[in-house]
Amino acid sequence: MLTLESDYHSNPPTGQRCSRQAAISISQVAGQRGGNRSEPVAAPFFMTQCPGNLMGKRTPLYDQHVAMGAKMVDFAGWDMPIHYGSQIEEHHQVRKAVGMFDVSHMTVVDLNGPGASDLLRYLLANDVARLKQPGKALYSCMLNPAGGVIDDLIVYYMRPDWYRMVVNSSTRDKDLAWIMQQAESYDVQVFERPELAMIAVQGPQATDKLKQTLGQQADAVIDDLKVFFAAEVGDYFIGRTGYTGENGFEVILPEQQAAQFWQDLHKHGVAPIGLGARDTLRLEAGMNLYGADMDEDTSPLEAGLGWTIAWEPEDRDFIGRQNLETVRKNKPVKKLVGLVLQDKGVLRNHQKVVVAGVGEGEVTSGSFSPTLGKAIAFASVPVATGSECSIDMRGRMLAAKVVKIPFVRNGKSCLPDDI
Amino acid sequence: MSEIPADLKYTKSHEWVKLEDDGTVLVGITDHAQELLGDMVYVEQPEVGSEVEAEDAVAVVESVKAASDVYCPVSGEIVEANESLADTPELVNNDPYGEGWLMRLRPADSLDVEQLMDAETYTAHVAAEEH
Repeated sequence: MLTLESDYHSNPPTGQRCSRQAAISISQVAGQRGGNRSEPVAAPFFMTQCPGNLMGKRTPLYDQHVAMGAKMVDFAGWDMPIHYGSQIEEHHQVRKAVGMFDVSHMTVVDLNGPGASDLLRYLLANDVARLKQPGKALYSCMLNPAGGVIDDLIVYYMRPDWYRMVVNSSTRDKDLAWIMQQAESYDVQVFERPELAMIAVQGPQATDKLKQTLGQQADAVIDDLKVFFAAEVGDYFIGRTGYTGENGFEVILPEQQAAQFWQDLHKHGVAPIGLGARDTLRLEAGMNLYGADMDEDTSPLEAGLGWTIAWEPEDRDFIGRQNLETVRKNKPVKKLVGLVLQDKGVLRNHQKVVVAGVGEGEVTSGSFSPTLGKAIAFASVPVATGSECSIDMRGRMLAAKVVKIPFVRNGKSCLPDDI
Repeated sequence: MSEIPADLKYTKSHEWVKLEDDGTVLVGITDHAQELLGDMVYVEQPEVGSEVEAEDAVAVVESVKAASDVYCPVSGEIVEANESLADTPELVNNDPYGEGWLMRLRPADSLDVEQLMDAETYTAHVAAEEH
């Protein structure tokens, strides 16, 4: 019943991965019931399992994960924990209490110099000029000249001559090359910060637990830290940001201190959470995943990210603007919507969506929602799509409702009562 | 190390088979398989009464992270599907060799069951896949 496949779909890893075919990889079901299935059911890209020796890069917390019973998998060239026992329990832990995630594989990039702001105003589709207060963060897409998404990222404005960006690990190489290339014409230096670890603390108890763990020195800073702001406490860079739809923090710290901080959080009752729950949490929270929900061939206008484009001021030129204006003028043909499956089953990436009388689309991120107890998904569908559609699940057409994203916020369902 | 009961038969694709006194067999997925798949959230059951061939994909088990085919260990007729899995698919995780069974089959030829892997061979098969 386990298929021997490794399949990254739209998320090619950029780093080193298993040097041999995974002995068992749970990856997809192919074909029709009765032996001749033809529609593969895509599994998320972190599914490729490499039992035994993993060969990837390790974060400073690798030994902690193993000691805590993590199941380690290959993720974009990194050996990362997918869960520590039960993905569903970890998901509920974050929604109801608090959990911690090792996100040290993500890429921290500092931009230093008087030209940092001008570079970012050209490099990013969102406008860092909106960041007036030190510490304020901004979510943005970085576009190619065609208006496709090179990556999505968070940028923190710390000082006029210092911005900190956090970009995806799976896109690290191309991101750095692109940023460096653009930076050449500006008075700015680009530093990758691989010596920094990153730990996210997320959930309704995140503030209390982080304060207990860091002690009095951090109390005032954490109390004053507003949503989507960051501040420094000694060597720790603390952002009130996250990828779960819950209150929480992302702490960037020197790698030598990461294991101790992780253990201290654990002592205060913060449970470790794997990448599996990270994916279902962000899906419920309505947050896009690069490589699944958008990529270099996708316009942010068709990926539910129109809100991140700063059109004003009109005279700000940014990479991709011209083509984006054209798409905007001609109206996008696709849109990203939320789906809730009405029948039993699980929505998976790349399943076909059929909208009667309108056309077809595709599930870009699908999974089972532990909070709602139903299958949910993002899907790219024709703009004329109304409130209902069908999903081709291994040849059977199942009914789904089209809903507003997000599905869950602060532990509560956002779905209408009749769904 | 996952549990591999000595009195069952096994397939390379990680199904277990138990021969019952009435000549039918119970089929499920092994402890090793459920461990790899993780939390089960949906089981697409085989159609009772259907004639199936060995190695046909007859059911699908879906965990949070992936969907996987369940292959028929031997040719025969599906005579029963475990209906309790419709509401409690987690039985496959909690009790893979007991309450988490998937289907009951009447083998076309009982000799086919004999020829499946025994526990010792399956243990070696799992070990080989992990190295």
